[in-house]
Amino acid sequence: MPSTQAYLMLSGTLFAVGLVGVIIRRNMITVLMCIELMLNAVNINLVAFSHHIASLEGQVFTIFVITIAAGEAAVGLAIIIQLYRLRSTINVDEARTLHG
Amino acid sequence: MDAVSSSMPLLVFVVIGTIAVASSILVVAMRNPVHSALFLLLTFLCVAVLFVLRSAEFVAAVQVLVYAGGIMVLFLFVVMLINVRHLPEERVLSPVWLGGIGVGLAMFVLFATIVRPGTYHDEVPNADKKLTTVDETYLTQDATNPNRLVRHHRQRENRNAEAVGMALYTDYLVPFEVASLFLLVAMIGAIVIGKRELSAAEEETAPDYMLERVETEKEVKEALSA
Repeated sequence: MPSTQAYLMLSGTLFAVGLVGVIIRRNMITVLMCIELMLNAVNINLVAFSHHIASLEGQVFTIFVITIAAGEAAVGLAIIIQLYRLRSTINVDEARTLHG
Repeated sequence: MDAVSSSMPLLVFVVIGTIAVASSILVVAMRNPVHSALFLLLTFLCVAVLFVLRSAEFVAAVQVLVYAGGIMVLFLFVVMLINVRHLPEERVLSPVWLGGIGVGLAMFVLFATIVRPGTYHDEVPNADKKLTTVDETYLTQDATNPNRLVRHHRQRENRNAEAVGMALYTDYLVPFEVASLFLLVAMIGAIVIGKRELSAAEEETAPDYMLERVETEKEVKEALSA
């Protein structure tokens, strides 16, 4: 059986890749995809520890995280569509009216 | 035969984990968001397989249904709604690019040092069995007295979905209901935000094709009402 450590290393790798994507990509849709990737890495961690301590709580929390990810994706994509309608761009750098 | 069956999960983990990491890197590396979305789908399916290996079958099914089914369709819809010809220019090896890879590497080194070998060694034995077994109470009719019911207990195995359902509907009932309320709010929010509505100020900044479409909609409505 793969150990808990192997799972944690894998989820750490996926999280780091998602973080790199969030920072370097300028396409808002891809940035949102990378956020989903990071949430999925967290899910792997939760399931690995649920198995590690033989408790169902980790799996229950994974289901809640999936719920939050679904809502976040829906609202985020709606915002992207609306931004595209107003500015006809999905570039992260061009949406800086607030000077963020 | 025994050696093969005991090393099988490790082999599956190595192969599927490699595919997951490779496709997640491709999600970040692909220029076209459609390709990114398809590699993200592959990553989600690989993660579902990894969940099955940790005896979380129900979570794996939810992962395939919600992520691979729902969220990916949403992403692909939005990618197709947005004109792919206007993709933002992405300069490779810009300062942001180098900084991002640096931050990612630093984060990975941080994780690797936290999860150094030997940190998490005392695993609970028979975790697979514990996660998929449910205690069940059921009633049957008494053999001697038909008016009496007898209570029985039994343990049933390979019931991960039932076990998760019991946890969700007993210990986590309030968070579960709050999550359903959250989904309702997110749905209404997405509809309200995504709705097209032009005010006078917006008409100046809106692209031409939208104004044309609004005008043709008005004409169609007038023609229908006339």
